[in-house]
Amino acid sequence: MKKELITLNINGDDIEVAVHPWRTLNEVLRDELHLTGTKLGCGTGDCGACTVLLDGRSVSSCLTLAVEAEGHEITTIEGLSPEADHGDLEHSPLHPIQESFIQKGAIQCGFCTPGMIMSAKFLLDHTPQPTEAEIRAGLSGNLCRCTGYNKIVDAIADAADKLAKGE
Amino acid sequence: MTLPQFKFLAPTNLDEACALLKKHQGKIKVKAGGTDMIVRLSHRAVKPDYLMTLKKIPGLNEISWDDQGGLVIGALALLREVEVSPIILEHAPMLARAAHATATVQIRNMGTVMGNICNASPSADNIPTLVAMEASIVAFSERGQREISLDDFFLGPGRTALAADELAIAIKVPAPAPKTGVSYQKVSQRSKVDIAAVNIGALVTLDGAGNCARVRISMGAVGPTPLRARQAEEFLAGKPASAANLAEAGRLAAADASPISDVRASKEYRKLMVEVLSQRALAEASGFAAGN
Repeated sequence: MKKELITLNINGDDIEVAVHPWRTLNEVLRDELHLTGTKLGCGTGDCGACTVLLDGRSVSSCLTLAVEAEGHEITTIEGLSPEADHGDLEHSPLHPIQESFIQKGAIQCGFCTPGMIMSAKFLLDHTPQPTEAEIRAGLSGNLCRCTGYNKIVDAIADAADKLAKGE
Repeated sequence: MTLPQFKFLAPTNLDEACALLKKHQGKIKVKAGGTDMIVRLSHRAVKPDYLMTLKKIPGLNEISWDDQGGLVIGALALLREVEVSPIILEHAPMLARAAHATATVQIRNMGTVMGNICNASPSADNIPTLVAMEASIVAFSERGQREISLDDFFLGPGRTALAADELAIAIKVPAPAPKTGVSYQKVSQRSKVDIAAVNIGALVTLDGAGNCARVRISMGAVGPTPLRARQAEEFLAGKPASAANLAEAGRLAAADASPISDVRASKEYRKLMVEVLSQRALAEASGFAAGN
């Protein structure tokens, strides 16, 4: 079947890509555009490893059809930092949430981390000073199989403080 | 898993959508948020030739209130939007509680209340409260528009009263009578995120003397469709919402439940939880009713 040419706005850039309608946003991000920061875990919307922002809302990219993401602003972990240098992501400045995850030891194997951070971003955008219970509820759609939840919660509280101070 | 191949249809108005639905009858599935449909496609539980999204049809995400007509929730209103809508929080806060109790943040950011209803799972979080509040579904087809009471909408697990050429376009909830309160109660293994083992929606309207003038109780996950606890409703009519009466209503609700044992709970546990949760729901709803 013929592919359809669509334009996806990803991390501020318009990118043309030819896709079949049954391709998920996750497949297109990872396999076509090589933005592999976004992970694929369960593929059924339970684990949150594939979380990206669509018009600022956290969504499961594994349950989003790529053709339906056209016309929306997509933000992936690669584009979270406003100062991200896409030519050299390895040495690019990080977002305060990313810095807090590193400083608080909130990353173990790292597989859940991009999804956790995107969920944290959605939480802090709407609840800038969350309680611990609000942080845990905000992460309800993200599973960490290393079970490092406490440090992840600490990191998000730390990021909230940093962002409040304008760091 | 890669999804099976399908042709994708994105009509931009209801007439076009209904024409496509009729033309491809039996070979087409409709999606709103997609959080159930994409999973079912992925598992090959459905293999439609055509997948039709409603998302390009303007106006279907409205949430509006009118003192006479009550509340309207469009088919594309997200669970998240219902959860935080000032209109819902003012006029039907239990619908926000039920939406909030559904799945995870990401699913609520994608999924719709209408999708949760049309999926017709007996355990759906958003059904019991809407049944208690006498909601109806606005169905649209080439033949015109009709309203289907939620009491008549569910035919079995995954089966609704929608005809093959009909689209569910809105949920209508009548404005509650004065001195009316509503409650939603749920129990599940993890208490958050997961599917309800039992859920209860209750509505209580009090009369001038403070007795129950009207009671509606809807029980989820204890039958093939959401069930009304009719014995309990009839028992409470005209009586005060005293602890003793609510306890008896709880026992009668459990008698009307017909649960099975499955991975989420045993039928014995479900019966006990119907008794407990229906008492809690009636106590909360009558408390709200007294304050309204």
